[in-house]
Amino acid sequence: MPKVTYIQPDGAEITLDARDGDSVMETAVKNGVRGIVAECGGACACATCHVFVDEAFADKVGEPGDLEDDMLDGAATDREPTSRLSCQVKMSADLDGLVVRIAPEQV
Amino acid sequence: MTDVLIVGAGQAGMQIAVSLRDGGFDGRIELVGEEPHGPYQRPPLSKAFLHGAADIESLELRAPAFYVDNKIVVVPDEKVLKVDLSGDRGLATTDTGREIHFDKMALATGSTPRRLPIEGAELDGVLYLRGIADALELKKRWDAAASVVVIGGGFIGLEVAAGARMDGKQVTVLEAMDRLIARAVSPETSEFYRAAHERRGTSVRLGATITRLVGEGGKVTGVELEGGEIIPADIVMVGIGVIARGELADQLGLETVNGAIVVNEFAETSDPRVVAAGDAVLLPHPLGGDAQVRLESVQNAVDQAKTAAKTLAGVREPYRAVPWFWSDQGDLKLQIAGLSTGYDQTVVRGTPDDESFSVLYYRDGRLIACDSVNAVGDYMAVRKALGSGSTIPADQAANLETPLKTLVVE
Repeated sequence: MPKVTYIQPDGAEITLDARDGDSVMETAVKNGVRGIVAECGGACACATCHVFVDEAFADKVGEPGDLEDDMLDGAATDREPTSRLSCQVKMSADLDGLVVRIAPEQV
Repeated sequence: MTDVLIVGAGQAGMQIAVSLRDGGFDGRIELVGEEPHGPYQRPPLSKAFLHGAADIESLELRAPAFYVDNKIVVVPDEKVLKVDLSGDRGLATTDTGREIHFDKMALATGSTPRRLPIEGAELDGVLYLRGIADALELKKRWDAAASVVVIGGGFIGLEVAAGARMDGKQVTVLEAMDRLIARAVSPETSEFYRAAHERRGTSVRLGATITRLVGEGGKVTGVELEGGEIIPADIVMVGIGVIARGELADQLGLETVNGAIVVNEFAETSDPRVVAAGDAVLLPHPLGGDAQVRLESVQNAVDQAKTAAKTLAGVREPYRAVPWFWSDQGDLKLQIAGLSTGYDQTVVRGTPDDESFSVLYYRDGRLIACDSVNAVGDYMAVRKALGSGSTIPADQAANLETPLKTLVVE
């Protein structure tokens, strides 16, 4: 199972095994990682699962789609160049070892 | 140590438990739910789940180990029948005969679909949609069904209609009122949805009066309208609203209105030992003016549960979160922010026929809500503005040259 590491705004880290095909958001929420709120459950409707993708993975993860891009513009924490909504990033072997920082404000 | 019993293991019930632990609560937490599943997401049931894009495991709100790690006792498939608050501690009795002692209780009992009170409603193939069991019934019949009649032009009915149409079925939506989603959106948004569903090949019949459902061999085959016309149906999906589950509240003599449990801004019921949150609740909201409102949404379940958890832990923090809501109907993404209750003016931004527009709602000149269809930027701007107590001048809001977020003023 591909691994994904979450870094909290205070620097605390947790690494989880993701189910292949589960999103970075789902993996966090189901395991109770704080700071990923994800109220809409992954419908790309709430912008409360905002993360900053580690530079090393930015290319592999790719750019947000148009809808996600508009959502990120209104996110509670101002976006950065590698901002993504974690519900839109699906885990796969390709992303094994992914590191994301959780945006400090989600709602 | 305080023991908390949470009745109802849906989104609100689960969130109360999680928020209690997040806040450092160290008493016993037991979460009892009637359904044979742990807490799960309902919204995908009318969307991705119906088309096989989501399995039951993917609906889980938390992995089973999460509850164990956080010492939250989740008891599915058990119904609390009776609650006694007359002693020093509360006592609940379930349908298995089990007794649960507690100090404080949270009611997160949710709602149940309103049943169709007409002849033929008991026929096989007449379906409702609230839980996984309902969705599985619908799914079982889905592939074989050539024609679907949806009774009720609200969110759930229109979501199912959109899915059925995408899967190539003959779809008819029957709405008793003169417009769709009349309870939640403005006439402009209603008319957009009527036209948009029609453009996709769904027949929308407004002002429809249904006389009975007809069937053969116990199975539904059609819906009869006043005047005798029969619309063929392999599936009749009924989405005519929900009724708050206030049975336990009524039994306890708590204040209710039509079954909805009345709470204050701290999610307290009329008994200080009992809080309530979610669909079953009638609440005051600063954006709703003087009216008490029922908010049937994930956002309300989550945010009100957070307030309820604080209250249980002795922290007084009123519920002020800006309501928001979404409905995905095929390729149409509707997002609603705020509460349009009591609006006296609307501004339409964009052209509905382009399938990307917003309707902004004003009361006494101040922005109170918006409906955005495929217009995420507008929605986010309004949500942020309402969250910070700001507004967007009505006389500028229609100007598409200027992004809404740049028009926000105090």
